[in-house]
Amino acid sequence: MSMEIAIPQTVERENYLNKEYGVWSWLLTTDHKRIALLYLVSITFFFFIGGFFALLIRLELLTPAGDLVQADTYNKLFTMHGMVMVFFFLIPSIPAVLGNFLVPMMVGAKDLAFPRINLLSWYLYIIGGAIMLHCMLTGGVDTGWTFYTPFSTNFTNTKIVEAGIAIFIAGFSSILTGLNFVVTIHRMRAPGMTWSRLPLFIWAHYATSIIQLLGTPVIAITIVLVACERALHLGIFDPKLGGDPLLFQHLFWFYSHPAVYIMILPSMGVITEIIACFSRKRIFGYHFVAFSSIAIAVFGFLVWAHHMFVAGISIYSALVFSFLSYAVALPSAIKVFNWTATLYKGSIHYDAPMLYAFGFLGLFTMGGLTGLFLAALGLDVHVHDTYFVIAHFHYIMVGGAVMGYLGGMHFWWPKISGKLYPEGWARLAALIVFIGFNLTFFPQFVLGYMGMPRRYYDYSHMPEFQVLNVLSTAGATVLGVGYLLPMIYFLWSMRYGKPASDNPWNAAGLEWKTASPPPTFNFDEEPVVTWEAYNYDELDAPPQKQEVTVG
Amino acid sequence: MLNNFPLWPEQASTLAHRVDALYIFLLVVGGMMAVLIFVLLIYFAARFRHRPGVRAEQIEGSNALEITWSVIPFCVFMVIFIWSSALYFKERTPPADSSEIYVVAKQWMWKVEHAEGQREINELHVPVDRDIKLIMTSQDVIHSFFIPAFRIKQDVLPGRYSVEWFHATKPGVYHLFCSQYCGTQHSGMVGSIVVMEPAQYEAWVSGNPSGPLSASGEKEFAELGCSSCHRSDVQGRGPNLQGVFGKPVQLEDGRIVTADENYLRECILDPGSRRVKGYQPIMPTFQGLVTDEQINELVAYIKSIGANQSGAKTTARAAPPFTGKAQPSGNQVQ
Repeated sequence: MSMEIAIPQTVERENYLNKEYGVWSWLLTTDHKRIALLYLVSITFFFFIGGFFALLIRLELLTPAGDLVQADTYNKLFTMHGMVMVFFFLIPSIPAVLGNFLVPMMVGAKDLAFPRINLLSWYLYIIGGAIMLHCMLTGGVDTGWTFYTPFSTNFTNTKIVEAGIAIFIAGFSSILTGLNFVVTIHRMRAPGMTWSRLPLFIWAHYATSIIQLLGTPVIAITIVLVACERALHLGIFDPKLGGDPLLFQHLFWFYSHPAVYIMILPSMGVITEIIACFSRKRIFGYHFVAFSSIAIAVFGFLVWAHHMFVAGISIYSALVFSFLSYAVALPSAIKVFNWTATLYKGSIHYDAPMLYAFGFLGLFTMGGLTGLFLAALGLDVHVHDTYFVIAHFHYIMVGGAVMGYLGGMHFWWPKISGKLYPEGWARLAALIVFIGFNLTFFPQFVLGYMGMPRRYYDYSHMPEFQVLNVLSTAGATVLGVGYLLPMIYFLWSMRYGKPASDNPWNAAGLEWKTASPPPTFNFDEEPVVTWEAYNYDELDAPPQKQEVTVG
Repeated sequence: MLNNFPLWPEQASTLAHRVDALYIFLLVVGGMMAVLIFVLLIYFAARFRHRPGVRAEQIEGSNALEITWSVIPFCVFMVIFIWSSALYFKERTPPADSSEIYVVAKQWMWKVEHAEGQREINELHVPVDRDIKLIMTSQDVIHSFFIPAFRIKQDVLPGRYSVEWFHATKPGVYHLFCSQYCGTQHSGMVGSIVVMEPAQYEAWVSGNPSGPLSASGEKEFAELGCSSCHRSDVQGRGPNLQGVFGKPVQLEDGRIVTADENYLRECILDPGSRRVKGYQPIMPTFQGLVTDEQINELVAYIKSIGANQSGAKTTARAAPPFTGKAQPSGNQVQ
């Protein structure tokens, strides 16, 4: 559909962007929309740092010999790539940017329940991020983002405690965001906005928030224990001190597996909104999609030891965790089927957000299906800790979470900035990202089954792995271009983009019923909801004031 | 580089065929699911693309469909689960009469001790067509013993034994990788598995410098003074270890444990923690006094006096002149 262009008004109406100017109006704001933009700038910064590390990793692996950087440097690169991308980009990405911006508007509230705590969460993120930057600039960490003991506690001289402090603090930022969402969704819905009228984006964020609230404290505790063993030599994880190294893995994955769902659930929420809008339909099986989010949040807590099938856990506990992993795969499968069914008899538009949604569906399906391989005990023994795992989780976390994030950024950009992005460039970028992604990560499935272990700096003993690595590196450069493009044209559109109307997509949802960009308190008067979610039937009804969409 | 471009790993063990069979099954099933979804997506996207004047048809949902696409995948998942679990049990349970080889991992090398006394570094010579059980421990951080051609992998932890087994089916030289990140030279902690014809292997193994592992263990047992309490003739101050391996042992606190490799190891390093019922806590710890290799020798000895315990094939051999690549025990770099 073509995006409607607003008629330029002589006097620009007051909105959250032009209400106040100056650095302090941003740094001391309690407006959830401004805080969302603060987060947007910060996570974009960290995304490109993490991406730069990834590029160096791929360049090193272009040739079998270790020739671009030193072994220790390489180990730090993949460690910091993981830590930055997971803790400083993916976990805050959709919740802290799009969630922050949209959750209050979607439920019809003026702001989040605790605006000051919201600002505090950004400051915690920035403090954590600054410590992480300092840590990286003054030496970095070489343990892998997983910090496995006793290597991390007694065998490396790198800055474990400092990185731990950074993640500890950033973790509280995540907890506070989750807390704010839970309270807002429970207490601040507009009149008539019942639970079953909530957009599924909200259900996804509700499920995410539960994980953030219950899971994140566990990683905080784990970091404290690592610091205690490292600094005070308390015997917790190191067997030489009487500890148990597997205890660390249990604690670490008790958070870090659910953390995968912190990254992917919000993306699922975004995709649901996009698919509904661009196929002009209500979501097929609304309640199944909603409750599958909750099911993922609950079961997600019970599968952590599937990261440990060859770590030395008992055969019988491995059995239980394998079974539960198949159980948690089911709600994700249900979502994919419902999204696909939503397209049936729709009226499908191919705008950039929808292209990202299609990309998500394809890549997430691939990521999910290869998850079945890893949950299969007898097969995991072979593919565990190989590039098969790397490919699998990048299909979920980049192919899934990042595609959803970019799709959402395009979808809501007119609302956020009041400007339209250039549609042609955006479609091109979506295509480049999709092709670059597959070229980067598909060869890694083959590499993994061939047996190439992860975190290898030098594979000169096995030159037969080179061709696939060259393909992967080539793909990474394409992917890099695909990620740079949106940043360039989003920035461009802020100045030169055409002004957006209030509802350029003719989309359902309260956020589209207010101005673009919205006023500081979101709505001029409190909305009263009398319609179901995704009422595209009413929006597209012929004699209506809304513009007629033209393909 | 293009003339050396395999896309499938070699199959060189009995397990490799089974793992590949499951993998192919998953590729087919997963591929079918993916094709189903992709075909539907592409078909719907094309068939129901926006046309002016044609409105979307609103559909609430369908419980019948929801049940269908929940139950069918679940059944498929359960087939995978049962198949893969059965395979995992096989992978994790060494056959009872396996030949035993001790592996000690350290940053960044693999040290191997054969029951016959052969020692090697970053290489493992084994005969074809025999069940081989690896009893592995680490001196420092967690490593992982991964042989892609055999489709097996097991993390090697400090402070305990981990076990892994295989049955090689094809002579040849195969990659050995450390697959658990272990520091600077993690990618240099690689080696070769040399699978030999039985006759060749017999020739290789007879180049034995120091006698069987259990014989070294017997010497250690005497030198460390173990034999003064753990006597075999009369009741000593410590339990008689004759035939104890693999048997249940009643502990002071009433629990019953099996005297396996891990239990023996723990008794040497931390004798107080799981003391046998009826004995005084007088045994000193040997933590720091014995190396991991010496512990392996002691364990091998205790197994060998286990009255024909199955498993420990420790038939003593004559000691011909030193030939193989070997490292004397106790000469390790900490």
